[in-house]
Amino acid sequence: MYEEKKHKHENRYQYGQQNLWTGLLFGLGVVAFIDEVIFHQLLHWHHFYDKSTANIGLVSDGLFHAFSFFATIGSAFLLADLHRNHGFWVKRWLGGIFLGAGVFQLYDGIIQHKFMRLHQIRYNVEILPYDLVWNVLAAILIIIGIVLLIQTNHQKY
Amino acid sequence: MHSHESHIQNFSILMQLILVLPFFISLISYIVAVYYSNQHKKSWSHLRTVSWILGHLCAIITLIGPFAELTHINFSAHMVGHLLLGMLAPLLIALAAPVTLLLRTIPVKMARPISRILRNSYFSFVRNPIIASILNLGGLWLLYTTPLFNMMHESSLLFILIHVHIFLAGYLFTIAFIYIDPTPHQQSYIFRSIVLLVALTAHSILSKYIYAHPPSHVPTEQAELGAMIMYYGGDAIEIGLVYLLFYQWFKKTRGPLSTKFIPSS
Repeated sequence: MYEEKKHKHENRYQYGQQNLWTGLLFGLGVVAFIDEVIFHQLLHWHHFYDKSTANIGLVSDGLFHAFSFFATIGSAFLLADLHRNHGFWVKRWLGGIFLGAGVFQLYDGIIQHKFMRLHQIRYNVEILPYDLVWNVLAAILIIIGIVLLIQTNHQKY
Repeated sequence: MHSHESHIQNFSILMQLILVLPFFISLISYIVAVYYSNQHKKSWSHLRTVSWILGHLCAIITLIGPFAELTHINFSAHMVGHLLLGMLAPLLIALAAPVTLLLRTIPVKMARPISRILRNSYFSFVRNPIIASILNLGGLWLLYTTPLFNMMHESSLLFILIHVHIFLAGYLFTIAFIYIDPTPHQQSYIFRSIVLLVALTAHSILSKYIYAHPPSHVPTEQAELGAMIMYYGGDAIEIGLVYLLFYQWFKKTRGPLSTKFIPSS
């Protein structure tokens, strides 16, 4: 049983980079998806369009919107490719996911919400606590991701 | 309200028929070709035939009948029509591999000159992903951000031209990225992916731009709903495009290690 399991992932050290990128793209896509489903559609906190949005904000939103499903679909195929080559490494993949999710969350929270004023997290409330929770959460995700990636950053056993 | 009445008056049955006729002809031709070529070749995929029929239905309901009339007076319905005629119909029609069917149906003597025509530099040029994206997205930006949208509803000729353009540019765009039929001068997957990303970005930006700056004479609530239909409805079809592109890429790629893989004991 153990032998068989090991055998399936025996190329994982050669595929360290691909595991990292597969996770990174998936993390980014997942956070964008959660953002869309929870904050736009279910809670209706985020607005589709905010009158204060700068033009660069529209470009950034459009790019990340399109990129989020590119990343999700692409990472699914990259994952299939890793399995096809017996190179899947779950810990490094998870590290990539946390890092990708955190980076996008931070970009959304600082650059898109604050500098480009795309939209705010919520309207008609004191916004500071929301921004703090949002960005601190992003930082925690990034730290978890980096720790996992450092732990898996060796070439051999 | 005045503009709405004039839209209806301008919207003649003749115009609908002119737009729909080519689709009826191609729908029937395809089915005849499938029947004829199945007599002496192996059976043509039913899925492709179904895809062709569904693609044509998408186009036809947008161009004739009660829904077509609604697209003239209601911007949200117009946007659903845009998704059907400019995105979904071209994708389904491209998936039906019409050129492959044509080449296997006609005699080899006739097929050779046709494949030579398809290889010529004009088709390679417009089929370049960048050119196809400019023709498709550039056309949409022109339509929705200039007075062209209102002029379209005043002139039957302009209406026909724009609708023909929307479909053809949508088809060209689809086959520039997804290779179903034989494709000369293929572009790399990485290049197609990057251009597709930029094109889909432009589509998202345009939808939000329409939300904020609707074409004149379009009521705000219709423009806002229409923009959201374009944004999210576009996503659904774009996800299909991206999936197909990456799926083809995945099938083409075999990891360098998989061939060298020797099970260790």
